[in-house]
Amino acid sequence: MSEENERQDMMLNLMQQNAQRIMSTVPWAQALGFELTGIEKGRAFAKVGWREDLVGDPDTGVIYGGVLTALLDNLSGVCINTALNKPMSMATLDLRIDYMRPADKGRDILAEAECYHITRNVAFTHAWAYHESRDKVIATAAGTFALNDISRWASGNAAMDIANKMLGGEK
Amino acid sequence: MSPRAAQLQAFLDRTPFARFIGMEFTADGDKLIARLPFQEKFIGNRAINALHGGATGAFLELTAVAQVYLQSDLQRPPKPINLTIDYLRSAKGEDLYARAIVHKLGRRMASVRAEAWQGDHPEKIVTALQAHFLVAEDG
Repeated sequence: MSEENERQDMMLNLMQQNAQRIMSTVPWAQALGFELTGIEKGRAFAKVGWREDLVGDPDTGVIYGGVLTALLDNLSGVCINTALNKPMSMATLDLRIDYMRPADKGRDILAEAECYHITRNVAFTHAWAYHESRDKVIATAAGTFALNDISRWASGNAAMDIANKMLGGEK
Repeated sequence: MSPRAAQLQAFLDRTPFARFIGMEFTADGDKLIARLPFQEKFIGNRAINALHGGATGAFLELTAVAQVYLQSDLQRPPKPINLTIDYLRSAKGEDLYARAIVHKLGRRMASVRAEAWQGDHPEKIVTALQAHFLVAEDG
């Protein structure tokens, strides 16, 4: 196994060990009740429960679209972390969301994100939000993220900061 | 406040998410300026005191909805079909402002651009949103 793969596996292990801290240290993710439910190499999974105060249409009880935007944005960032071989911080460059159908009142919304390409400066992601499976999506997202050296930018991500300390970071 | 602006205010007052983020607006004729008074919960990165892109995005989407509503006679708020958010600068942990231009308001669709800024710098856009909405009342 190459050194690069080893580092990537170490990063992923650290992320998995500290999964609970990844979203819990982001105030906006906390405020909306996001819960990270799983991470794999290049993929991340999350859940947000239905809540009265997040409703965007008082007549139907449908969750506000912006909640899905935030969820898919956040989760896309997390899935990039799992695909890196050194801790980096990232900033969303742009995010495109398509709303396919409204979320059902009272039901949890599940989401997954996939980082399908990384260059030195940019990461590309796709993400999906749904109730049961990706066959019947509520919304999809396509994102691009600028990658930054963590020594110049604070990551704002607890697991990344831990990984940075343990792996010594990159100067 | 014009009758239509009062209707918009009533819509925001009874929309849970609008209350959750505490969005406010002023209307000059049918042009709206929205304000998002800062709250700690909007933060996405504590270490650099930056707002979460999802908070800025949600505010811009609501600004776009509000602008379409204000300048139309729709009974129900427009429904988003898709949107693209450009993050131009890091938004600091302070109040956000936004305005929106409706490029086209058709019978079924509306195309809207919304822009957010901070402080006294409306020319320095921190985040921009381009969105399509379904405006058909039977949609």
